[in-house]
Amino acid sequence: MPEIRVTPLGAGQDVGRSCILVSIAGKNVMLDCGMHMGFSDDRRFPDFSYITRSGRLTDFLDCVIISHFHLDHCGALPYFSEMVGYDGPIYMTQPTQAICPILLEDYRKIAVDKKGEANFFTSQMIKDCMKKVVAVHLHQTVQVDDELEIKAYYAGHVLGAAMFQIKVGSESVVYTGDYNMTPDRHLGAAWIDKCRPNLLITESTYATTIRDSKRCRERDFLKKVHETVERGGKVLIPVFALGRAQELCILLETFWERMDLKAPIYFSTGLTEKANHYYKLFIPWTNQKIRKTFVQRNMFEFKHIKAFDRAFADSPGPMVVFATPGMLHAGQSLQIFRKWAGNEKNMVIMPGYCVQGTVGHKILSGQRKLEMEGRQVLEVKMQVEYMSFSAHADAKGIMQLVGQAEPENVLLVHGEAKKMEFLKQKIEQEFRVNCYMPANGETVTLPTSPSIPVGISLGLLKREMAQGLLPDAKKPRLLHGTLIMKDSNFRLVSSEQALKELGLAEHQLRFTCRVHLHDTRKEQEMAMRVYSHLKSVLKDHCVQHLPDGSVTVESILVQAAAHSEDPGTKVLLVSWTYQDEELGSYLTSLLKKGLPQAS
Amino acid sequence: MKLYCLSGHPTLPCNVLKFKSTTIMLDCGLDMTSTLNFLPLPLVQSPRLSNLPGWSLKDGNAFLDKELKECSGHVFVDSVPEFCLPETELIDLSTVDVILISNYHCMMALPYITEHTGFTGTVYATEPTVQIGRLLMEELVNFIERVPKAQSASLWKNKDIQRLLPSPLKDAVEVSTWRRCYTMQEVNSALSKIQLVGYSQKIELFGAVQVTPLSSGYALGSSNWIIQSHYEKVSYVSGSSLLTTHPQPMDQASLKNSDVLILTGLTQIPTANPDSMVGEFCSNLALTVRNGGNVLVPCYPSGVIYDLLECLYQYIDSAGLSSIPFYFISPVANSSLEFSQIFAEWLCHNKQTKVYLPEPPFPHAELIQTNKLKHYPSIHGDFSNDFRQPCVVFTGHPSLRFGDVVHFMELWGKSSLNTVIFTEPDFSYLEALAPYQPLAMKCIYCPIDTRLNFIQVSKLLKEVQPLHVVCPEQYTQPPPAQSHRMDLMVDCQPPAMSYRRAEVLALPFKRRYEKIEIMPELADSLVPMEIKPGISLATVSAVLHTKDNKHVLQPPPRPAQPTGGKKRKRASDDIPDCKVLKPLLSGSIPVDQFVQTLEKHGFSDIKVEDTAKGHIVLLQEAETLIQIEEDSTHIICDDDEVLRVRLRDLVLKFLQKF
Repeated sequence: MPEIRVTPLGAGQDVGRSCILVSIAGKNVMLDCGMHMGFSDDRRFPDFSYITRSGRLTDFLDCVIISHFHLDHCGALPYFSEMVGYDGPIYMTQPTQAICPILLEDYRKIAVDKKGEANFFTSQMIKDCMKKVVAVHLHQTVQVDDELEIKAYYAGHVLGAAMFQIKVGSESVVYTGDYNMTPDRHLGAAWIDKCRPNLLITESTYATTIRDSKRCRERDFLKKVHETVERGGKVLIPVFALGRAQELCILLETFWERMDLKAPIYFSTGLTEKANHYYKLFIPWTNQKIRKTFVQRNMFEFKHIKAFDRAFADSPGPMVVFATPGMLHAGQSLQIFRKWAGNEKNMVIMPGYCVQGTVGHKILSGQRKLEMEGRQVLEVKMQVEYMSFSAHADAKGIMQLVGQAEPENVLLVHGEAKKMEFLKQKIEQEFRVNCYMPANGETVTLPTSPSIPVGISLGLLKREMAQGLLPDAKKPRLLHGTLIMKDSNFRLVSSEQALKELGLAEHQLRFTCRVHLHDTRKEQEMAMRVYSHLKSVLKDHCVQHLPDGSVTVESILVQAAAHSEDPGTKVLLVSWTYQDEELGSYLTSLLKKGLPQAS
Repeated sequence: MKLYCLSGHPTLPCNVLKFKSTTIMLDCGLDMTSTLNFLPLPLVQSPRLSNLPGWSLKDGNAFLDKELKECSGHVFVDSVPEFCLPETELIDLSTVDVILISNYHCMMALPYITEHTGFTGTVYATEPTVQIGRLLMEELVNFIERVPKAQSASLWKNKDIQRLLPSPLKDAVEVSTWRRCYTMQEVNSALSKIQLVGYSQKIELFGAVQVTPLSSGYALGSSNWIIQSHYEKVSYVSGSSLLTTHPQPMDQASLKNSDVLILTGLTQIPTANPDSMVGEFCSNLALTVRNGGNVLVPCYPSGVIYDLLECLYQYIDSAGLSSIPFYFISPVANSSLEFSQIFAEWLCHNKQTKVYLPEPPFPHAELIQTNKLKHYPSIHGDFSNDFRQPCVVFTGHPSLRFGDVVHFMELWGKSSLNTVIFTEPDFSYLEALAPYQPLAMKCIYCPIDTRLNFIQVSKLLKEVQPLHVVCPEQYTQPPPAQSHRMDLMVDCQPPAMSYRRAEVLALPFKRRYEKIEIMPELADSLVPMEIKPGISLATVSAVLHTKDNKHVLQPPPRPAQPTGGKKRKRASDDIPDCKVLKPLLSGSIPVDQFVQTLEKHGFSDIKVEDTAKGHIVLLQEAETLIQIEEDSTHIICDDDEVLRVRLRDLVLKFLQKF
């Protein structure tokens, strides 16, 4: 029995280190290869020994697909390909291909240079890893091999984020990666056609959240920033260099312009300028409005937002600073946070999801005394605000996507178990499909029953279709033919053609039944009576009286003969071939009952 | 399968393909060479043009002198320029389901088709094709609309009058169908009917046909198209290039195994090598400028201009031209330069890798930044303040009949220091220059046409091996001017089928198979039987369902259960349906074994007689006779149904069913 098997190595009932193994029609595909922000030990990467204990990665996997450039989706890639060892193709979109190595390098620097980790992947490994990448265009059907094909759909979320359809024959799986169902200031909304996959694997970060309108959230955000700046406080917005950062920059930039505000806005240096440059070059991946107006004004050229210098953090007066990384787990954002945390006039706005174990997660869950390195305790007096600007679909959005794609089954990843449980019930109720939520290392097996494509000869098809047209085209039409299977070539042809092609002769099986009737009339008269009798009973059939005295019903022959011994008995010879078995048999029994008396 | 040929222009094709149940228009080219018959539209009042003498017949009859003007022995129509549309009468265009666009030059007739024929279908094109196509249309509309012309000449089109005119007006075809330019509103409406597609995207049309665009290497987003069903494949090759310029390379492999390959859009200048033309372009440009003259390059706002700017980027410093201003004047100049930088995914590998750095893929960004290249929407406004001579001006339109180029021809035409360099191959440069004669300015002809030449075509055809090739008639014979050059034509076996405007071709194509899906439940019930090594057969009796051009076979319904006698049965209910066919039989019956089997099943007193062709088995008691021959068996018996069925089943044991 064919089946689809799914095993999350990461992101199973968890957010972080997304990595999902899918086996479909004998092909093995790995979806994403991420790292976990909450761990700095072995658990930060997916457990590839799940595959390697039975062989090499390259032998097992037909391809790897990366949905977008966030590190929890691609952070383990150089480790996976260069240190564990994988030489097969890695597919991702072009913006992902451009930005992913930069984030990987950044991640490497923090891990190795700042935290002093040994046995980490090197810059050269990132380069070698990226050489294995094949760029995928939106909606392009990429033939991984003769049977396996993949296709990318727009996912919103971040620049270049894509959902992927993985297809073998008539079986298919769709993996959403992270996606956003509402367009924002710089990206469009995710979209997929009614592709009816056997399985939809969807993220479920906001499985239980139904967010209020984006406009309200934006107004709220601007109000808080504005108030803090007015009272002379400093606002820290921890972000990842690419993604929400650009969204919030556009938001603040337009607000500053409209309100004519003077307080400086800074963006932590390094990545940013480069990042904005990528956005300028990948305009076709942004939303309709930016694409339409970019010739007149490129939205990613900011007037009010300037590069940040470390020294600015100590300068007096209000300011707004965007700093990386987004979960306050390391780097510049954490440094600034430590400096500003003690002052109640200041504010930190967390615009996105924070993984367990990060400083971001701790302060969001209400912790106000933080244990830092060296047993130092940091007291947080500044205001802490959480505002969901993550470009993830909320519960409504997830339901919407399920409705769009019309899958036969749904599988949830990239979310918390409790919340998944709720969404799972909702999906099962509303769409009447099975919904799964495996933990890491747990395998879900779905039996499939693919139909078998064969070639039918047009002659046969048209013959059957023509018959079906009368009297009612909607009536199911019975088709009879012979399936010729040669290697993997399957053809359905008429039986005559099959015999001919194979050089076989038809064997004709004929029956002739003698029906004895007591009747003294002449044979010719007898035949005439048989004719009128059959004609009246078999209204739908072609009944003919031939010049030689015989009667035919379709291709069945009825002849009247004298009995050799008894002149009072006549013999009706009914003759038919095996193909007319039913009708022939019926006629014999009909005639056996005798002919009606002439009126 | 039929091909309706609506355009006679080999590089601006417009064909309609009827394939299975779909009607597909391949490209929508607009033949603009008709405009060469018109007087140029000057941006500022030109005394020279307005003082041209009216034309009169040999007998002195001057009734046409308002419509026709004479300039240096050539006659021009003094009217709003008009274009030669594709044929609209050959086929009802409202029946066209989809239009496939291969590149931005081949969509210029789109508004005429989508807005005025009752067309209700969808147009498919890549994003760069649409964006740049929009710019070309916008420029064209702008050029024509900003110089309103009161006069619209129509008298000369009268068939009886046209006969009296001198060449080439006399020989112009279908003048009655020539139309004025569309409006921006029509352009927008036409473009809103386009659906964007990516290379190698499989697009299903009504479940019957699949179409796929492939990179053709000629321009940003340019495509060839595959039109296929499961068993037939048509390739449409239009405007392709194997040279390494800026676009993504041509995808040749996907064209393999075509039943029919429709070949259009080959190079218009088969004898010119684009690389040496670029060299000549640069050296002539440098020579003129060094002598203090100006250079005028009539061009389209997108395409080859990107390559020329890139060449100049590498050339100007070494040629000592760094102080010379380069002007690019077009209402869409800025947009074109900006758009070229954001289509990285559609560019050649070299340019793609630039965006990873991240850097703009084309070096004209740097030319603009360093103020070496300046662009303006028109000669009015900022340009008149910045204008310095000597300089190099890129501007349209290459026909020299409208656009800012008309102004520069009038301005610089009188001085032999200046040079006009023709790079676009779409218009004969001599005809383009005719209304400006006499001219002192130097004229250099460096046509750069990167499309396939005949050597490349014959190599391509050998490589992809289509069963049949279809192409415009111009490609099946050498060019008229070089009739001895037998190498300047498409050479393939079997010879290409040719078409001309307004012709309908029946394509040599026999469809034999169609895809059908066997549902898993039915597949499970099939019993395959190996007939020969490697070949298995299974008889299939199934119910055929057809929906949206998709065919599915499902298991036959189980025989209906008797309804328990509640309803009175009608006599006709018993009559079997003759359409339920029994399978065919094959094989032969070995008499000895057959007799043994009969005995085993309780038949006694069996007699076997030999006949000329086989045997007769007699069951004396039952008065039954069975004739057995190589290819037939005949059972003759009394009307004892039980006996007959027993015998039938014993015979069937020896035969295979089909």
